[in-house]
Amino acid sequence: MSDTQTVQQAPAAPVLDTVEHAAGTPDVEQPWAELGLKPDEYANIREIIGRRPTIAELAMYSVMWSEHCSYKSSKIHFKLWGENTTDEMREKLLVGIGENAGVVDIGDGWAVTFKVESHNHPSYIEPYQGAATGVGGIIRDIMSMGARPIAVMDPLRFGNLHHPDTQRVLPGVVAGVGGYGNCIGLPNIGGEVVFDDCYQGNPLVNALCVGAMRVEDIHLAKASGVGNKVILFGAKTGGDGIGGVSVLASETFDEGGPTKRPAVQVGDPFAEKVLIECCLDLYKAGVVDGIQDLGGAGLSCATSELASNGDGGMQVELELVPLRDASLQPQEILMSESQERMMAVVEPKHLDEFMAITDKWDVEATVIGEVTDGEHLVITWHGETIVDVPPRSVAHEGPTYDRPLARPAYLDELNASGAASLGRPETGDDIRAQLLTLLGSPNLCDKSWITDQYDRYVLGNTALAQPDDSGVVRVDEETGRGVAVSTDCNGRFAKLDPYAGAQLALAEAYRNVATAGAAPLAVTDCLNFGSPEDPGVMWQFREAIRGIAEGCKFLGIPVTGGNVSFYNQTGDVAIHPTPVIGVLGVMDDVSKRSGSGFRSEDAHVYLLGTTRDELDGSEWAHVVHKHLGGHPPKVDLAAEQALGRVLVEAARAGIVEAAHDLSEGGLAIALAEACMRHGVGVTIDGLDRVGVDDEGNALDAFTALFSESSARALVAVPAGHAAELEALLGDVPHARIGVTGGRDLEVTGVFTASIAELKAAHEFTLPAVFGA
Amino acid sequence: MRIGVVTFPGSLDDRDAARAVRECGGEAVALWHGDADLKGVDAVILPGGFSYGDYLRCGAIARFAPVMDALVPAAKGGLPVLGICNGFQVLTESHLLPGALIRNDHRKFNCVDQRLVVENASTAWTSDFEAGQEITIVLKNGEGGYVADERTLDELEGEGRVVFRYVTDAEGRNPNGSYRDIAGITNERGNVVGLMPHPEHAVEAGYGPSLDGRGFFTSIITQTLESAANA
Repeated sequence: MSDTQTVQQAPAAPVLDTVEHAAGTPDVEQPWAELGLKPDEYANIREIIGRRPTIAELAMYSVMWSEHCSYKSSKIHFKLWGENTTDEMREKLLVGIGENAGVVDIGDGWAVTFKVESHNHPSYIEPYQGAATGVGGIIRDIMSMGARPIAVMDPLRFGNLHHPDTQRVLPGVVAGVGGYGNCIGLPNIGGEVVFDDCYQGNPLVNALCVGAMRVEDIHLAKASGVGNKVILFGAKTGGDGIGGVSVLASETFDEGGPTKRPAVQVGDPFAEKVLIECCLDLYKAGVVDGIQDLGGAGLSCATSELASNGDGGMQVELELVPLRDASLQPQEILMSESQERMMAVVEPKHLDEFMAITDKWDVEATVIGEVTDGEHLVITWHGETIVDVPPRSVAHEGPTYDRPLARPAYLDELNASGAASLGRPETGDDIRAQLLTLLGSPNLCDKSWITDQYDRYVLGNTALAQPDDSGVVRVDEETGRGVAVSTDCNGRFAKLDPYAGAQLALAEAYRNVATAGAAPLAVTDCLNFGSPEDPGVMWQFREAIRGIAEGCKFLGIPVTGGNVSFYNQTGDVAIHPTPVIGVLGVMDDVSKRSGSGFRSEDAHVYLLGTTRDELDGSEWAHVVHKHLGGHPPKVDLAAEQALGRVLVEAARAGIVEAAHDLSEGGLAIALAEACMRHGVGVTIDGLDRVGVDDEGNALDAFTALFSESSARALVAVPAGHAAELEALLGDVPHARIGVTGGRDLEVTGVFTASIAELKAAHEFTLPAVFGA
Repeated sequence: MRIGVVTFPGSLDDRDAARAVRECGGEAVALWHGDADLKGVDAVILPGGFSYGDYLRCGAIARFAPVMDALVPAAKGGLPVLGICNGFQVLTESHLLPGALIRNDHRKFNCVDQRLVVENASTAWTSDFEAGQEITIVLKNGEGGYVADERTLDELEGEGRVVFRYVTDAEGRNPNGSYRDIAGITNERGNVVGLMPHPEHAVEAGYGPSLDGRGFFTSIITQTLESAANA
């Protein structure tokens, strides 16, 4: 066969869709609908650039204008954050919403950045890689602020524990979270595991990362300085994670080109670990002018956001991008979500030093372009221009929708059906039996089958981790200064009342941080909801944001950033609104943190806060009666603040033996957990002092034990410090309800259960489903 | 007293090991995988982590790092070496210690506060313990099952080279399926010790399950000071 024949037999190369070609072929049919764009959005793109987009431009706009990247349904409501942020709150923020992650000042020259994000849909499709890359993605957000990542947490929600699909999803998600986090060397210090039928087809895999740096080391995602180099470094770019674009790939290049691409990215935690150390060396050397991680929307996002945040334009030679798969087309390279990649803007004089550091870590780094004057993002492919757009129009000026919202019609009926009509246990034996049932129920059972798969010790700074109320890590090894973080949300409460439910989530996370002894400082949120095209869901969303924003204003702690995840629904059925709230608090010395378990005998046990008959939406109603209805517990943020102050001051004074938040399952579960933690029992002889009903009579034993009133905590202090605690209490309602000791949880006159019995009920559940 | 801590790409507990050395009164010296240079240290720690991602087999690639070209002959010559977790795996892959570490029998990564019995308190790294003493330190790994052929196991036991054994649970099981409940071993000379659990996570009050890890570092520091004084 001669060379000539070969050439003749080869298929004709597809025409490269350059800007020039696009201008000359205005009427070409484009796959905008398949890429998820609406007709008016496509028309808008044509108007912005004054012609039809090239296929590469269309790819960029389609991913950047997606709900995930553009927040097009939600951002109209974000003004509630600004309206509710006071100057006092702003003072704590070094970097606010809109950057890769918010940054707060924790004192002594230290800055901390933290953020929670969702990776719900990928984790349902491919649990291991979906969860793993969720962890990887949030870690890169933290790295790109200039920080060393110091801890991760994972709030997880699954369908029914006993559903076969949960047994597919959960072990994979847990192994993925552990596989990535353990290998990258970050302690996993907490999170949540919640089971509810509403998450059956829509598990929620949220990932939070915390990072720390010196204040002067904060880095931002911006490209400025004409002539500065744009460097892509880290892993090579492959075909993984090209979700919507598979349509594009198959339609346009079905001859000999790549077709079906996996929509879920594949993670390489080793590559990311090396990338962390490499980035920290680069920051230390002072050779990075701007930096951005590559996550959702890959190069499309990184180039347009860096250029949009800077003061000029950017020019990129796309064929210089190192590829794992040489057959990738330019628009696929732009959309690929291959993991473990970063983009830096570097002054030419620092280029050699930059490359020496990436060489040391065996990290591949390639100059792919430079910052230009003017206002264009120009991308070429072997010398021909395939993208020429205003970067702001891609990154920041996407569509905004003011979607219709309406209070769901079902709410009246739901709110009218409270827990008052449910049968309550009448004898001590019944109460005891229901306590054991609750202790072994999916949401309250021991989670160590899951959490023991996570390394909570690596880095050597972990002062507290699950199952305590907050994760606590040291930041400054000299002084012990550090942070506590907790994430919380009770979706049932949010279903009954999204405004109150969101505030209760905020209140619980705030309380958990304070319970550990840390002063709450800042908030991140992951807003998991159903379809924004459903007015009822949109109303829930609006109410939740309003609840969080107004709650944060009251508490004086700013929202620093977060994430919105819509479309968590199957058919018409949406998940419970699930606004997961992460609160971060600061401690001068984390070695003074309060743990949740009783440690020694003869400590005095106090219940702080007001207990009312509040069982609507409770864990008891859910487990014992499979009931959801009524109104969530009263929100009292002033009481939360007062309680928080006492908890923080008591920890600082060093008088706390144990402190434990009261939430799902109320006092009964809190007591059982405090006993089981270190095997020290308690005798509760003051149950009648817990609270009173509307007539002023002492609450009955069941209500006192299982009510889920907010703004409450259990505190144990050595007898010698009881007076000191009481002096701190001020007007916080409180009752001394018992004394620690023995090997039983004894509620005088009601029931006694040995710690062994409690543990047997508590620890049986997950191993029974998933194996030892 | 200078103790080197090697950093391979993917080492995770290297900074923790260095901190433990300092906490116990030693000087920690950073050693780099790419340099065949031990910088004249008195002892070396191979830390935990996932060197090279542990992608081929745990420790299998780290074994070929330039620093090992210097370390292996030095260890054979008597330089005290402690391999923790991934470091233990590197030591077996380098044949400085016999046997191998395989996937946990329950197939999961496992992070627990683990009770161990010190069986041999006469190695370079355990002389501050007493034989039979029970300690609690952190165990965290996915591939911690110690295996070797019967002859090797008999030899190890016969020569007192089993340094640590797991305290088994109520059903007599150890946490990962290790043969004969072995958690750590030493070479014939007693200068090279490898174990899966992590002593460096049990050296500071408030961070970790106990202070039992300190004994590893104080042992080597005391011994080295004594031998220097006698020299």
